[in-house]
Amino acid sequence: MELTGADIVVRCLQDEGIEYIFGYPGGAALHIYDALYKQDKVKHILVRHEQGAAHAADGYARATGKPGVVLVTSGPGITNAVTGIATAYMDSIPLVVLSGQVPTHLIGDDAFQEVDAVGITRPCVKHNFLVKDVNDLAETVKKAFYIAASGRPGPVLVDIPKDVTAEKTEYLYPKSLTMRSYAPVNKGHPKQIKRAVDRILEAKRPIIYTGGGIVSSESAEILIELVRTLGYPCTNTLMGLGSYPADDPLFLGMLGMHGTYEANLAMHDCDMMLAIGARFDDRITGEVAKFAPTAKIIHIDIDPSSIGKNVAVEIPIVGDAKLVMKDLLAEINKRDKKPDADALKRWWTQIEKWRSIDCLSYDRDSDLIKPQYVIEKLFEITNGDAFVTSDVGQHQMWAAQFYGFKKTRRWINSGGLGTMGFGLPSAMGVQLAHPEESVVCVTGEASVIMCIQELSTCKQYDLPIKMVNLNNRYMGMVRQWQEFFYDRRYSHSYMDALPDFVALAESFGHVGMRIEKPGDVEGALRESLQLKDRLVFMDFITDQTENVYPMIAAGKGHNEMHLKPSNGEAPPERELA
Amino acid sequence: MRHIISILLENEAGALSRVAGLFSARGYNIESLTVAPTDDRTLSRMTVVTFGSDEIIEQIVKQLNKLVDVVKLQDLTEGAHIERELMLVKVKALDHAREEVKRLVDIFRGRIIDVTDSTYTLELTGTVEKLDAFVKALDVTEIIEVARSGVTGIARGDRALSV
Repeated sequence: MELTGADIVVRCLQDEGIEYIFGYPGGAALHIYDALYKQDKVKHILVRHEQGAAHAADGYARATGKPGVVLVTSGPGITNAVTGIATAYMDSIPLVVLSGQVPTHLIGDDAFQEVDAVGITRPCVKHNFLVKDVNDLAETVKKAFYIAASGRPGPVLVDIPKDVTAEKTEYLYPKSLTMRSYAPVNKGHPKQIKRAVDRILEAKRPIIYTGGGIVSSESAEILIELVRTLGYPCTNTLMGLGSYPADDPLFLGMLGMHGTYEANLAMHDCDMMLAIGARFDDRITGEVAKFAPTAKIIHIDIDPSSIGKNVAVEIPIVGDAKLVMKDLLAEINKRDKKPDADALKRWWTQIEKWRSIDCLSYDRDSDLIKPQYVIEKLFEITNGDAFVTSDVGQHQMWAAQFYGFKKTRRWINSGGLGTMGFGLPSAMGVQLAHPEESVVCVTGEASVIMCIQELSTCKQYDLPIKMVNLNNRYMGMVRQWQEFFYDRRYSHSYMDALPDFVALAESFGHVGMRIEKPGDVEGALRESLQLKDRLVFMDFITDQTENVYPMIAAGKGHNEMHLKPSNGEAPPERELA
Repeated sequence: MRHIISILLENEAGALSRVAGLFSARGYNIESLTVAPTDDRTLSRMTVVTFGSDEIIEQIVKQLNKLVDVVKLQDLTEGAHIERELMLVKVKALDHAREEVKRLVDIFRGRIIDVTDSTYTLELTGTVEKLDAFVKALDVTEIIEVARSGVTGIARGDRALSV
């Protein structure tokens, strides 16, 4: 039987096993919306702005590992989604974005709601397609899912002109496909694995540094086995939090610009760095010229272009983190040589000295609500099991530092692009994926306003997200940089004329709470988490002057961290084993 | 270092702009770029002349390979290779320059492919250096117009770029 292009799109989604799509209708997408109306397998979530659709699909993908699907119309529909697509691209999140396009005979005529969607998205997608023939439609959608989810994942856009969605053809969805121009390498090279194990077992001051690749390859269990087999210290990037349990003594916490003192100094002083599924981003390395001067680096990544891009590497291994770590473990277990116990003991003694300065401590006796305290209490009350999304800024760093993630896919934030407005819509995707779990959005009063319209979507679909708004009446991270580096000239970082968030939440049909005293923090969190079927917006009025410590300033190395004032100016002495 | 990278890519709309966009977005240099379909109409062959340190060239090669439309590529400068560029030049050809230009064309093994009372149109192929030298030698007359194709190339011997 022949189907229209629109019906084919929907059948493809059904055959791909898609549960939810996130979107917003408009002229060029109307045939597809009509096809959606006629079925109930694929559930459509109507957002209030296309950026919200892309973030929600992204949150769904991060929380499940399955591709998120977005449906938008042409013109402003797709341009609004671009920020969300770029966010997913920077963090290697699989998305399939379907966009309506003006009819093929109008393309190039500056038609109503026409933009060059393929051109606009080209730099921020893994790949994109313009489908000009209905006979290519099903195979193109299949390719989009295949490319989005395989290799280093990422967003793929399929732009579909309106006339193509009206034309008819036989429907045939390919079960699998191969592409001559696209074949990701998954298995690590055996010779490189052997070389790496030689290097790993020789190490006197080792560190294992891992990122989002552990999450996307679902390899946390193998990482844990590898780290415990070796007894080496492990640190995670912002994107990798949860890969290694935060409460394990072998874990040094997050590294990088706002990473722990012990993680960053161990990175700086190590003689062997095993980097897995991490990309040596500038927020991780600090000044590259000062980065890990004595380290021999082994870098495992599925994307060859990530290797050697920012930092020179001694042993590159291209492959899937899970498969490569399995091979590494097998090879390590075969060897008679064991890690150097004496050297390791000296190294751990040094690390414990660094750890003992307690770089994340803060004033617990303050009369004002300390943002760190809110996150600590949230962690305690949820037993570290909540799914936590965040926006971007100070609150994001505090959530990363103080919520001790034990499992992957629980920490959902925009690491690469740093997109304010990500937290609330991404939480919608997470809550839909895990309806029974606690989903908390840690946000700030500046970020949350950027996609506040999605409170309406939450009402429509009864998404009982818990909003933790750390409200310091500033764009906190901007203010912090202005305090440190711009002589306290707080240029346009003050949030004046803020709404009454309690009234705002209530006007959308949700529960609002304002919390102004440290003594009320725990009670408010407990009460709201018990409201299982309601979205609760908790507006915590926090200390305006609190800064995120420690910090590596621009141009500085890992050994030149700013510690909080109570840690003193000079870092404690260290000796190399 | 100057590198000549030959790329086989899917002959699809937008493939060229993916490569061009990659170079501009990542700040890589392009000295010249040529592209045309091959004997297999589903494939185009592109030749990019670029320059940069070994690290940059390694990144360029990796980033190009990462493009989904790129099927295969080869850095011709890694081995023995032949490079050629085609140039068409229109010059004033009056009085003594008429003879002088003809002699120069013979010396450079070029051809005169169009003639008017006052102009010659010349054709020359060769390496970039040869074409540059020819243009320099043409100062015996006035150059009206130069059209150069950009470099294309192929490996010597058994080495080949094919699918």
